[in-house]
Amino acid sequence: MNPELEQILSRAQTLYEDVDYKAVAEWKSYAPGRRAIGYLPIYVPRELIHAAGMLPVGIFGGGDRLEIIRGDAYFQSYICHIPRSTIELALSGRLDVLDGMLFPSICDVIRNLSGMWTMLFPGRYVRYVDLPQNYDAQVGGEFWRRELTAIRDDMTRLAGGAIADQSLRNSIRIYNQNRLAIRELYQARSEAPWLYPISQVYAVLRAGAVLPPEEHTTMLRRYLEMASQGSSLPEDRSRVVLTGMFCEQPPLALLITLERAGCWIVNDDLLLGLRWFTGEIPEEGDAIENLAQAYLTQSVATASCYAPDGQRGRWLVDAVRQNRADGVIFCAPSFCDPALLEQPMLVAALEREHIPHTQFKYSEDTGQFAVIREQAGTFSDSIRLWSEA
Amino acid sequence: MTRDTVQESAAQKERSMVLQKQLIGDYYESLGHAREAGRRVVSTFVPGNLTELLRSFDLLPILPEINALQSGMRKLSANYIAEAEKQGHSEDVCTYVKCDIGMLKSGNVGPTGVKLPTPDLLLLSYTGCFTFLKWFELLRQEYQCPVAMLHVPYLANGRIERHHVDYVVQQLRTEVIPKLEQVSGRRYDEARLSEMLALSAKAEDDFVWVLESAKNIPSPIDAYFGGVYYIGPIFTAFRGTSEGVEYYRVLREEIAERIRSGLGPITPEGAMESQRYRLVVEGPPNWTSFREFWKMFYDEGAVVVASSYTKVGGLYDRGFRHDPNRPLESLAEYCLGCYTNLGLPARVDLLERYIREYRADGFMINSVKSCNSFSVGQLLMLRQLEQRTGVPGGFIESDLVDPRYFSTANIKNRIESYMQMLAQRRVAEVTA
Ligand code: SF4
Ligand code: SF4
Repeated sequence: MNPELEQILSRAQTLYEDVDYKAVAEWKSYAPGRRAIGYLPIYVPRELIHAAGMLPVGIFGGGDRLEIIRGDAYFQSYICHIPRSTIELALSGRLDVLDGMLFPSICDVIRNLSGMWTMLFPGRYVRYVDLPQNYDAQVGGEFWRRELTAIRDDMTRLAGGAIADQSLRNSIRIYNQNRLAIRELYQARSEAPWLYPISQVYAVLRAGAVLPPEEHTTMLRRYLEMASQGSSLPEDRSRVVLTGMFCEQPPLALLITLERAGCWIVNDDLLLGLRWFTGEIPEEGDAIENLAQAYLTQSVATASCYAPDGQRGRWLVDAVRQNRADGVIFCAPSFCDPALLEQPMLVAALEREHIPHTQFKYSEDTGQFAVIREQAGTFSDSIRLWSEA
Repeated sequence: MTRDTVQESAAQKERSMVLQKQLIGDYYESLGHAREAGRRVVSTFVPGNLTELLRSFDLLPILPEINALQSGMRKLSANYIAEAEKQGHSEDVCTYVKCDIGMLKSGNVGPTGVKLPTPDLLLLSYTGCFTFLKWFELLRQEYQCPVAMLHVPYLANGRIERHHVDYVVQQLRTEVIPKLEQVSGRRYDEARLSEMLALSAKAEDDFVWVLESAKNIPSPIDAYFGGVYYIGPIFTAFRGTSEGVEYYRVLREEIAERIRSGLGPITPEGAMESQRYRLVVEGPPNWTSFREFWKMFYDEGAVVVASSYTKVGGLYDRGFRHDPNRPLESLAEYCLGCYTNLGLPARVDLLERYIREYRADGFMINSVKSCNSFSVGQLLMLRQLEQRTGVPGGFIESDLVDPRYFSTANIKNRIESYMQMLAQRRVAEVTA
């Protein structure tokens, strides 16, 4: 492997494995007064944190790399895994490096977790970010502008200095570049998935949870360039879209299992918040207005957002078509209300278009993959036959 | 809600029970005949429901949560859930949704045997629960009817702020009212709405009086198992109606009489005479074994003096009233203030107050598998409440309408050992 590529991947892998957020502590140590703000999936306006000179840090649970000692005592058995590991991270002191936390409105688990945080860690900054479900610029837009302004005020206070309009515009530009690089990576992978194995793509993407966006964009761009020069040859595998993984993340080993079972993952909703917008946010003009408008009109479709046109699943069918996928794998965390309640609607949309699909559930700390391997393998074989027929 | 189960075995039949049965019977009848009568129907949720607004357009509300819990009480839910799961709905999600969808797929015959009409509109009052959004998106695919979305912001800090109210009112004006006008063919009539809100406030005064009667020792009511009957009319289709006002007037009189006579609540096992423990309960009840569940408390001499479940349709006892002088604002405040729309710290504060104000010996959390909105955080609530009040808490797990998750032996065991602990504590207090 090209040494630079190796270096990039090794750095990304180290960041992925680091449940102690050492990279965040390191970033803070470079200059006095640096602060970091954590956020849960899916979407928060990271630009506001960045513009205040602080580091946005994505908290995506502890995966299979964290032993849960205290976290289970806070949650009943029928609740998904990510809140357990998130509480574990906090109670074990691993999140002490953070100067605040944002909990976006994605489901009742993360919503209630915000209240638990307030009670467990009095004195720490906690904010529930209520995203609008009304997309009228004068109604939901007005509400969201107000929320954005309030978050901006909070960030100003936490950072101990005002956020200049120009800084905010600059942060929008920096995140536009980051999202563009991710979109290009997705595009490149869709065209030649054998050059961009999921183990690499995921680790490089995931680095965006802890790296400053400028650095992450550089990593993405270098990776794209290096990986595109790879010499792997196309293999005959099925092309699949994965969906359901926008919040609690599957262990990397599960994603690798899917690939080994004969699937090329050509699109997915992993770490969806990192590429929340389908296009660029305007970089000139009123930055808050631009952020608000972008949320109303350019957000990706996902289970936690209301679809006023009732076209549930349209985006999934489009993703299949645009990526020339042979089928869809529903891969949702156990007990994940948004993903699992959404699934029958997505299935119906696929069936109307005769698109094959299969489904299974996981937990972020799943360690057994034999069943999944078998199921994915059978599915992959069958859809390959199907597409050849 | 019907009072069949209570009524059939109750030692004393009270007028309020008869009235309620009649109200519910008439309501389901009117739903059954809505089409012939040319009435339009709107499906909506209990928390943050806009009954007065709907009625001001002469629209009839249908409440799928009520259908689901009624199906649970009538032992119909297991088959409906099985049907929904057969159709691909996950075993992990809220059983109200699956019960409703299963009922729909099985012919949409409501719990009283009357076929329910297809709604003309789904009013998605998105208050305090994420599942509501998906539930009506699922129904939209079945009914192919329009949806009016009302996003009620969450009160993470437990406080209603001006911009919350503005946002909800704006949605009422730009999204909800225009769609109600369209469906009903009538213009929005604010004067009519205000008249109905005045009736609501009247009933609400009596309702609060009823809830607070549990401060008496002995308590004349059970504020959880009995409470679910008392909330029936006010949380559903009867706010803003003279029948609703009458029901609460009669109920209040009956309870006043019970207080005068020093009587306890009426339960399915008869009048409750001995009240050994006063409890506060957090979480919804189980519906499939409702009577059995109640009996477990009754057998131990435990009376529930306050509960959070009876606040999912509004926190009237903390002072909220529908206000005819500020119709839309007051509807907005109503939606915002429902119990499950409150941040966890505010929920703990409320329960703490109940424990103190109602002089409770203990509190019990019934954690239901279906409902993340209620359940996530309850184990922390348990600890916090114990710490703050010094009163011990009990924790049981069940479900709303899925009988597979009601383990009689387990729950009974838990309740018995909890009560034993309360008894020992009492002995220790006396001898200390
Ligand atoms: S995994 Fe699903 S249910 Fe759990 S916190 Fe995330 S979105 Fe909510
Ligand atoms: S999740 Fe809870 S509040 Fe929501 S519909 Fe189900 S039971 Fe009701």
